[in-house]
Amino acid sequence: MIKNKKETNLSSKLATKEPRLGTHADTRKDQNTKKAPTSIPLELEFQKKTTTINFGPQHPAAHGVLRLILEMDGEVINKSDPHIGLLHRGTEKLIEHKTYAQAVPYFDRLDYVSPMCQEHAYALAVEQLVGCEVPIRAQYIRVLFSELTRILNHTMNIGTQAVDLGATTPLLWLFEEREKIMEFYERVSGSRMHSNYFRPGGVASDLPDGLLEDIATFNGQFLSILADTETLLTNNRIWKQRLVGIGVVSQKQAMDWGFSGPMLRGSGIEWDLRKSNPYEVYDKMDFDVPIGRNGDCYDRYLVRVEEMYQSVKIIDQCIKAMPKGEVHSIDAKMIPPKRSHMKESMEAMIHHFKLYTEGYNVPAGEAYGVVEAPKGEFGVYLYSDGTNKPYRCRIKAPGFAHLQGLDFMTRGHLMADVVSVISSLDVVFGEIDR
Amino acid sequence: MDFLHIIDKFANDNNLHLTPISIKEFAAYKISQNDLLAILKFTKEHKDLRFTILTDLFAADFPERQERFEVVYSLLSLKLNKRLLFKIDVEENQTAPSVTTIFSAACWYEREAFDMYGIEFEGCPDMRRILTDYGFVGHPLRKDFPLTGHVQVRYDEKLEKVIYEPVLLEQEFRNFDFSSPWQGKEGLKLPGDEKATK
Repeated sequence: MIKNKKETNLSSKLATKEPRLGTHADTRKDQNTKKAPTSIPLELEFQKKTTTINFGPQHPAAHGVLRLILEMDGEVINKSDPHIGLLHRGTEKLIEHKTYAQAVPYFDRLDYVSPMCQEHAYALAVEQLVGCEVPIRAQYIRVLFSELTRILNHTMNIGTQAVDLGATTPLLWLFEEREKIMEFYERVSGSRMHSNYFRPGGVASDLPDGLLEDIATFNGQFLSILADTETLLTNNRIWKQRLVGIGVVSQKQAMDWGFSGPMLRGSGIEWDLRKSNPYEVYDKMDFDVPIGRNGDCYDRYLVRVEEMYQSVKIIDQCIKAMPKGEVHSIDAKMIPPKRSHMKESMEAMIHHFKLYTEGYNVPAGEAYGVVEAPKGEFGVYLYSDGTNKPYRCRIKAPGFAHLQGLDFMTRGHLMADVVSVISSLDVVFGEIDR
Repeated sequence: MDFLHIIDKFANDNNLHLTPISIKEFAAYKISQNDLLAILKFTKEHKDLRFTILTDLFAADFPERQERFEVVYSLLSLKLNKRLLFKIDVEENQTAPSVTTIFSAACWYEREAFDMYGIEFEGCPDMRRILTDYGFVGHPLRKDFPLTGHVQVRYDEKLEKVIYEPVLLEQEFRNFDFSSPWQGKEGLKLPGDEKATK
C-alpha cells in the first residue's frame, strides 16, 4: 500500500507537478492496488519522504527561543509550524497585580531591543484614561528617544541578519553604534537597556547637561557609519542572492495577516502611524516614509535602512527645536515630588509616600495607546476599573502577527531561506511570548 | 457618507443589533455572536470602509457577569485611517465563532485566547495551546487562576531531567488593599460617621 502511494505521488509529480492531494492521484492509487506491488528503487523511495526537522529553540539564527517544526521535502519547505511561548512570562497577568507605575518596567522587557517605544504605548494609554497633559519638552524628549530606539532596533536587526547570512563586519560596526545609543539610555535613565524612562505623565527626569550635544555628535557620524555599512551590503552580490525574491508578501497578504511597520511598508503600503495619526510632536517633524516595491526580504532591509536615515533627520530636528520647561506633568497626584521639595514640604512627603505605596487611581474606562514601534504597531489596550491597578492589560505585539506569517512566507523556499525570512521578520521573543 | 452611517444602515437592513460603546479613538460596538461574521465581512469588503486589517483579537474575563468572557475584535482601515472595535460576550462553556475565514491573522490570536481563557473558537483550523508549556493545565489569564500558578519546574540531579512540582511559596503572595477609607469608598461606615450628618 505504502509503496504504491509513493509511486503514484512520484509519477504524478514527475508528469504534471500536480498537487499531491488531487483526485487524480487517488484514482491512480486504486488502479494500482489491484496490480501486484511493484518495486521502487530505493533512492526514489527516500526522495519521496517528507522529513520533519526541529529548528531551534537554541539555534543562533532563531533570534531567541523559537522552535520551528519544519516539514521538508528534501531541501524544500512544505510547512513550518512555529512553537512559541518558551519565553512566556505572563506579563499581562503580572501587570494586573501591579500598580500603574510599577507596570512600566515590564514593557522594557517585552521587546528588549527597543524598550522605550513600548513604555511609550503604555504611557499614552494611561494618559488617555487619566486625561493628563504632557509638557512640550517631554514630548520632544519622547520623540528624540523613540527615534534613537528605532536606530537601536534596526542596527540590531540588520547586524544580526548579516551575521545569519554570513557577513560579520556589519554587526561589529553597527553594534559599536548601538553601544553608544545605550550609553545615552544610561545617561538619561541610569540603565543601558531596561530604562523605565517614559512614564505616564512625561519622562522620569530631565536630560543631563551635555547630552543633547553628544547626541548631535553621534548623529553626525552615524550617517557615515550607516553609509559604510551600506557599501558592504546593499549592492553586495551574495546579500542580494540571499534576500531578493525571498519571503515575498503581497499587499493583500500583508493586510490579511495583520502585518504592520516595515513588514507592511516593505510590500508597498504607505502606512506609518507617525504620519497617519501623529502622536506627541511627530506632526511638527519633517520626514519621509520609505516603502518597498516587491515585498521581499531585500525591500524590507532597504526600508529599515532608509528609516534609520529618516530617524537621524528627526533626531536632528528634535535637538534643534528642543524647548525648555518641565519634563513631566505637574499633577502632584500622579508624579512623585522632587527630593529637594520633600525636605521642605509635608504635602510633598505625603504624596511621595502615597504614590510609592498605593499609586494613583485611574478613572474607569478603556483606552488603547498605540505607537509606531520599530517593529510595527505596538499597542496597549487597558481596562481600568477605577482602582490603582489595571483590570486587564492587553499587549498587542507586532512580532506575534509577523511570526504567524512565517508559514506562508517560507513555503516552497529552501531551508537556508528560513533564516533570511526569520531575520527579516525582525522577531524578538520578549514581545511575541510576552 | 460617514462610515458610521454605512455600518448603521447595514445593521438596520439586516436586523443586526449594535450597541455603541464609547472608547476614545475607536468606533466601538457590542454585538451578538451570531452577527459577528456578517458584520466583519461587510466592513472588510465594503468599498467605502475597507477594514481589512485585524490589528488585534483578545479576550477579557469578568467572572461576575452572566456571560463571563468578552472577546474584542480590533480592526483598522488604511483607507479611512479609522479604527473599529467589536465586542462579543461568550459564556464560560460556550464556543465563539472563528473569524479565520475572513482574516487569516485571527488564527494565532484565537489560539491565544483559547490558551489564556479557555474560549474555544468554532471553525478555527488549529485550536492548540500557543504560549503556555506543553501539557499545561488551566487557563492563566482567568481571574480565578492564581498569579503564582500551580506548578514549578526544576532540574532533578538524580533523575537527570526537568521535573514538575506543586508550587512552593516561601512567603504567601501578599495582595495589599490600598483603597483608602477616606476617599471615594462608598457604603463604608466608620464609627462616628453617623455624627457627621447630624
